[in-house]
Amino acid sequence: MKYLHQSLRAGFIAAALFAAASASALDSVKFMIPANPGGGWDQTGRSLSASMQKAGVVKNVQLDNKGGAGGTIGLAQFINTAKGDGNAIMVGGMVMVGGIILNKSAVNLGMVTPLARLTGEYEVLVVPANSPIKTLKDLVDKIKADPGSVSWGGGSAGGTDHILAGMILGAVGVDPAKVNYIAYAGGGEAQAAILGGHVTVGVSGYGEFAGQIKAGKFRALALSSDKRLAGIDVPTMKELGVNVELANWRGVFGAPGISDAQKKELIAALDTTVKSPAWREVLTKNDWIDVYLAGDAFGKYVDEENKRIGDILGKLNLKK
Amino acid sequence: MEILNSLLSGFSLALTLTNLMWCLVGVTLGTAVGVLPGIGPAVTVALLLPVTTKVDPSGALIMFAGIYYGAMYGGSTTSILLNTPGESATIITAMEGNQMAKRGRAGPALATSAIGSFVAGTLATIALTFVSPLVVDVALSFGPPEYFALMVLAFVTVSAVLGGSALRGLTALFIGLGIGLVGIDTQSGTARFAFGVPQLLDGIEVVTVAVGLFAVGETLWSAAKDYKVQESVMQMSGSIWMKADDWKRSIGPWLRGTLVGFPFGAMPAGGAEIPTFISYAMEKKLARNPEEFGKGAIEGVAGPEAANNASSTGTMTSLLALGLPTSATAAILLAAFQQYGLQPGPLLFVNSADLVWALIASMYIGNVMLLVLNLPLIGIWVKLLKIPKPQLYAGILIFATLGVYGMRQSAFDIFLLYAIGLLGFLMRRYDFPTAPVIIGMILGPLAEAQLRRALAISQGDWMIFLHKPLSATLLAITVLMVVGPWLLRKLKRT
Repeated sequence: MKYLHQSLRAGFIAAALFAAASASALDSVKFMIPANPGGGWDQTGRSLSASMQKAGVVKNVQLDNKGGAGGTIGLAQFINTAKGDGNAIMVGGMVMVGGIILNKSAVNLGMVTPLARLTGEYEVLVVPANSPIKTLKDLVDKIKADPGSVSWGGGSAGGTDHILAGMILGAVGVDPAKVNYIAYAGGGEAQAAILGGHVTVGVSGYGEFAGQIKAGKFRALALSSDKRLAGIDVPTMKELGVNVELANWRGVFGAPGISDAQKKELIAALDTTVKSPAWREVLTKNDWIDVYLAGDAFGKYVDEENKRIGDILGKLNLKK
Repeated sequence: MEILNSLLSGFSLALTLTNLMWCLVGVTLGTAVGVLPGIGPAVTVALLLPVTTKVDPSGALIMFAGIYYGAMYGGSTTSILLNTPGESATIITAMEGNQMAKRGRAGPALATSAIGSFVAGTLATIALTFVSPLVVDVALSFGPPEYFALMVLAFVTVSAVLGGSALRGLTALFIGLGIGLVGIDTQSGTARFAFGVPQLLDGIEVVTVAVGLFAVGETLWSAAKDYKVQESVMQMSGSIWMKADDWKRSIGPWLRGTLVGFPFGAMPAGGAEIPTFISYAMEKKLARNPEEFGKGAIEGVAGPEAANNASSTGTMTSLLALGLPTSATAAILLAAFQQYGLQPGPLLFVNSADLVWALIASMYIGNVMLLVLNLPLIGIWVKLLKIPKPQLYAGILIFATLGVYGMRQSAFDIFLLYAIGLLGFLMRRYDFPTAPVIIGMILGPLAEAQLRRALAISQGDWMIFLHKPLSATLLAITVLMVVGPWLLRKLKRT
């Protein structure tokens, strides 16, 4: 009897503690990562969930990888299974915006609740060290003279790299549909094609090429950022007179149909997390740039991106 | 000399108790994930990435590398015993290896693949130690035209696996080419043969098709056949170890397989599958009794198994020397390096020489560990075959289903697996070989992508294939291989 009494009391104390803690922290959050393990979204989801735990805003996390079709398979599952769930978060980003348009997906980002933009990565144009092209101007001259003679090596068709190449052509007055884009499946294959001089110019996220640039194998021509980045001695396209700006952003979305209170709670948790030392460390380690933008402002940004990317994909003759 | 000194200091680091433990953990995990279809080295390393925050770089990287090359050892086990390839690089192993198992020679098949993997892994690590810069330079000179020429050459070698009837073999090859077309086209972003099914947009996994055709198709076929004629359990005849003759027949294929596999792994679009095809075709051409192929020739296991192991070490070469990830696992290994703020590539050997050489030294040690780990396991594995057939077949089906589901957690893939299994059943019923399907599926999309890239770069000029010396040479070899035998016969007659 005494034993029962003790365990009951312990139970009450635990319950009370539990209730107190949940007032300030979410009990458990389910993360939907719409990509296979290893990629950018997976890393974002894994490091964000770990940082949220370290920052004490979430107690338990559960991660679910569901890759495929530019993230739209994961998106569809998230919409179907997480409806109204205030403890569900999906990772997403610019690639998903493009994937939805290209795949004519039945689901879209208008069906989920935008929470926050977290990180951005800018694109860089590179040529092999022994290329006759020395500057962005040399490249632009070559494009203007004969756009077909400039082959661009980058990631999959319709992705960030392809979009940037099309935008550059458009910005220098050449029809983007004329871009001679060579799509490679993995970063390694594209890098090898550039190193071997098989394509004229390479385009990818700065982080992916940083090693070869530092080793002197690639010459970086320009970055797609709005202003120069700290610690990187590469000019921006804008300052070189090519009016193009593009960031491959990644962010998080909440479930469809969650209440305003639930949305506020999730955003508050993210607000705390992005200021935490754990998240700061993640950013430096991965060379991710902090582009935190939360709530309705982020929702508006997603709408704008949708229009802008749809536009350029149309000009590239990719949107059918 | 300088290399030897660096290697020795690498050994002194790799031989510490902690690093030996990480190496053992890595190769054991690797063997395990190699055995299981569905969970491969890439996913395993990705899931273990968080340990980088707790473990020092040399320990973690030694473990990750161990998982990678360990998986190549394990992948052959299920191919040989259950005809269920754990990895796409061991699909060819299933062809000859499972035939050997059916004839009671599972032991020698497993042994030649384990020892062959060891020989190839060690030789390739020696190559990595001494000639990596050279290999990497050659690999970089391969652009789209050269790759396309190489694919054409690979297609010609395919005849080795077509089986008795060219018509049936080619039909199977074209089924594979057709399956390979499914999904979003990389060059244009257009969906092909996806029929509006989002799960088909990323194409069909090679492992799903291989497991469907080999394991499920085979199981259905055997079940249908054995319903009337009650066969006894697969019997082990003779020793489970390799006999003198097996050794003699294996050594050549091991060495040749290594020679083919290593450069392919170092190539950005080489992969581990194509060298296994080439090695298989080569061994069939060189064998004293080629008619034994398809019925369990030990050369057909020894060669491809050496090739896939050498290729995984080749992949480490371009990762370490150039920072180029040439396979999915290598891409995740690259991410692991970056977690420590390290960038693989030429600077890595200068800035973190200790780490690199410890890693290379650990690969020598890991290969020895894998051999020691895998040889005694053979005795246990072959006992699997003593399970009565109904239970064994049920087990294979469960194993295949779980594995395919595990790859993408997609119920659709299971539907696909059984649809393909049914196709495999019908192909077997009407005597069509199934291996060409897999080969068409792997080579087709690669050849197409390289052809279109080459033509895009040359702006539609087909002469690009002849202007480039390397691709012209490869095409000339291909023509020789096709016309050569015919020409020789002609000459002999006159």
